[in-house]
Amino acid sequence: MSNSLTPRLLLLSAIALLLFEYPLLSLADKNALLGELPLLYVYSFSVWLLLIVLTALLIRRKKDRIP
Amino acid sequence: MSLGVVLLCALLYVGILFATAWRVDALAKQGKSRLMRNPYVYSLSLAVYCTAWTYYGSVGRASASGLSFLAIYLGPAIIAPLWYFLLRKMIVISKNQRINSIADFISARYGKSGHLATLVTIIALFGVIPYISIQLKAVSFSIDVLTEHQYPYFKPDAPLLADATFWVMLAMAVFTMLFGARKLDPNERHEGLIAAVAFESLVKLIAFWVVGLFVIYGLYNGLGDLFTQAAANPETARLFSLSGAGVSPTSWTMYMLLSALAIMLLPRQFHVAVVENTHPRQVNTAMWLFPLYLLLINFLVLPIALAGKMILGSSAPSDTYVLTLPIHEHLHILSLIVFIGGFSAATSMVIVSSTAISIMVSNHLVLPMLIRLKLIGQETTPRGASTLLDVRRVSILGVLMLALLFLKSIGGSYDLVSVGLISFTAVAQFAPSALFGMYWRRGTRKGAIAGLWIGFLIWAYCLPAAAIAEAGFLSQSFITDGPWGISSLRPYHLFGMEGMDNISHAAFWSLLLNTGAFLIVSLYTQPSALELTQANIFVNIHRYVAGEEYDVVKRAAKISDLHRVMGRFLDPSHVSAIFSNFEKENKIKLDQQKNAEPELINYAETQLAGIIGASSARLAIGSVAKEENITLEEVMQVLEQTREVLRYSKALEQKSSELETTTRQLIAANEQLKALDRLKADFITTVTHELRTPVTSIKALSKILLDYRAELPEEKLQSYLNILVSESERISRLINQVLDIEKIESGTDEYLPTEPFSLDEIVRTTAGGMAQLFRERSIEFTSNIPEETLEVAGNRDRIVQVVVNLLSNALKFCDAREGRVSLSLQKAGSEAVLRVADNGKGIPPEQHVHIFDKFTQLNSKTEGKPQGTGLGLYITRKIVEHHGGSIKVMSAVGAGATFEVRLPIYPSNT
Repeated sequence: MSNSLTPRLLLLSAIALLLFEYPLLSLADKNALLGELPLLYVYSFSVWLLLIVLTALLIRRKKDRIP
Repeated sequence: MSLGVVLLCALLYVGILFATAWRVDALAKQGKSRLMRNPYVYSLSLAVYCTAWTYYGSVGRASASGLSFLAIYLGPAIIAPLWYFLLRKMIVISKNQRINSIADFISARYGKSGHLATLVTIIALFGVIPYISIQLKAVSFSIDVLTEHQYPYFKPDAPLLADATFWVMLAMAVFTMLFGARKLDPNERHEGLIAAVAFESLVKLIAFWVVGLFVIYGLYNGLGDLFTQAAANPETARLFSLSGAGVSPTSWTMYMLLSALAIMLLPRQFHVAVVENTHPRQVNTAMWLFPLYLLLINFLVLPIALAGKMILGSSAPSDTYVLTLPIHEHLHILSLIVFIGGFSAATSMVIVSSTAISIMVSNHLVLPMLIRLKLIGQETTPRGASTLLDVRRVSILGVLMLALLFLKSIGGSYDLVSVGLISFTAVAQFAPSALFGMYWRRGTRKGAIAGLWIGFLIWAYCLPAAAIAEAGFLSQSFITDGPWGISSLRPYHLFGMEGMDNISHAAFWSLLLNTGAFLIVSLYTQPSALELTQANIFVNIHRYVAGEEYDVVKRAAKISDLHRVMGRFLDPSHVSAIFSNFEKENKIKLDQQKNAEPELINYAETQLAGIIGASSARLAIGSVAKEENITLEEVMQVLEQTREVLRYSKALEQKSSELETTTRQLIAANEQLKALDRLKADFITTVTHELRTPVTSIKALSKILLDYRAELPEEKLQSYLNILVSESERISRLINQVLDIEKIESGTDEYLPTEPFSLDEIVRTTAGGMAQLFRERSIEFTSNIPEETLEVAGNRDRIVQVVVNLLSNALKFCDAREGRVSLSLQKAGSEAVLRVADNGKGIPPEQHVHIFDKFTQLNSKTEGKPQGTGLGLYITRKIVEHHGGSIKVMSAVGAGATFEVRLPIYPSNT
């Protein structure tokens, strides 16, 4: 279970925490619209989706390497 | 809509659940179901995290404080990538140790402590019962909303049997009892139940999206239109941001932390994620699929909340917007779909929670009590298997009844999210002991108990106690002024802390002091041997998964006893299966043995633990297995295992000290060698010097004789020839002595006690022979030799040499003018003592040892070089020592010297 995946996932988790935590979150936490949608709404869900996609990619890649 | 239709729909839905669960269980029994191995089913079952709180409550919370509800789902999403090692480790440990609840997990980590298991169970009960009660409440109000279309929906005063909630609760209890406590399985797997839960996760997601799409496209022209309209109204526009909605950063952070912990520590989450897991690999899929599920179910929460606020405003409670929006539009089918979605969210939570809690209650509260009271596991009591299932079933019903009672008494005055968060804060107390326990070996049972108690008490004081006061059961001044008016003890402002909401405040203090107590007490207490073993297994699980567990606490029991104890809890066929499994795994035959090996006892205990929990299993097995005292060797083994670092450093230290010793010895040896080398060089220098002197004079005199033979007078010639003879004698003496030394030192001389000879005779003869010499130099010589025979054994000639050496020494060194030398021989016990005394200038005390060394001559500037080779005394000492005797000198400067030789007398019969 210990391979290069663990530090990568740790880093991913740390970056996600940073992006969803103050003070960085305050950059998106404004009563503004991005197009027609609220800025914070767009920010939270797109960062969240990105986190999911990256996690999935990391895990999938590992599957390819180890049959 | 009539109550009948609603209840019919609910019953139909439950019927579908029953059918699903039944079918899957039947397939699983035949071994045909691959559903449990499916990682998608596993991920969907994790979505039991989304309860009625998510379904109804998130919208309610969003309409008051915008996106703040997201923190509850971002916490799990952020920690999900770490499951790759965190959750998987938890699973591997639990499978290895047959752990079947979070209480079991913590208790097993700290030496299978019964105290901890009970404590965790009680905390979980306190945390989960209100949580279950809000699910019942959600079902209850959704039925009321659907049937009566009027508010307020909650009627605490309704009689129990007339309350639809009671019947719904009963239906859930029946389902749980059927599928959550159907059979006893050491793996605690409930295929049917999990299939139903996964199905319900799909239902609630689809239902929520149906209503969401209806709101966005039925009531508005898409998401953009909805948000544009909301932006026009400042009352809804402020919900676009956290700061606008008045959410403090502290609360946001605290909620993320609480939910990140709850996703693994909530009893129902632990149950679906760890206990029901069939392979750690399933986690890999869940790591992205479960957060994706959370994202999807939360995506439409804010739009629905905004629409509800714009369309309904305060005409309906915000918690019911999901349901009241379709009703407001008179869409009955849609509202029924929404109801079923909410119903599925509530039922899945209730079913899994009550299953998980009932396992804990029966294994950690009821069973230990029954075993202690000897009501179970005895010869006379009925077999345990059926009793165990009954205990489970009663626990399930009891937990649900308690939840209903809670709802009827005080739960009604609370909104969904608040009660849910109070539960989260309660189970977050497990975090220090459970998570540190997996990575920190030093954590002790006492530390875990201290941390859990402190965290639990602070939680109970800051949240439920204050809630009870708010509900009117205690004076309001308890909250506003603190108990007895002590303002630093106000439950919402402990120690005067301000600026935090109630949940964050309680979570902060309880987790801080819990963790602190755990760490500090752990550092100041010593773990027992069993704790050390368990800690080692938990922290280094990957070393144990492939290999076998080593046992530290040695136990002994008869195999028949083991059979008997296990038979009290399990079917006989099950017990035989366990034993034959052990035989197969270890390739041994048990029927040839009478006493069970520690490995077998451990195996049996682990298998039993899968059914009745680790601490109960230990109690049960303990009734037949005697613990042997651990030997020192075994303790050392544990210490070694657990403190490798210490061992390595110790080994290193030892190595370095060994090295130091060797170095010291080498230095000493080197010194000795150098001294020997110096001595050898000195010896050669001295010998050659001693040889050169006579050779030089012989050469000179011979030359004179050769050249002037004829001219020399007769007397001169005579004297020269005399000198030549004496110098030649000196050379031969020296050579003889060097040869003697060579012989003595190499050990080739014969000293074996051959024929004994009489020492007195030798001394008498030698003294007589020497007397002439003394007379020639007019030295007074006296001798005192006894008449009796003193026999010694050894080399006769060497002993003669000793006497001659001593006498000629005395001759050389006695006073030049009035010389006196005396010799005495006497018997002292078993030794013959020979003394030779002179009246010479004496030997200074510091030289008493050195004079017996090679080439030691007492040089003094004023008196010049004494005669002799400096080898005499050395040879004498060597000879005496070889005969087993000793030699010493007694002397003072100016008072002469006495040499004393002691030789052992030859043993004779006389």
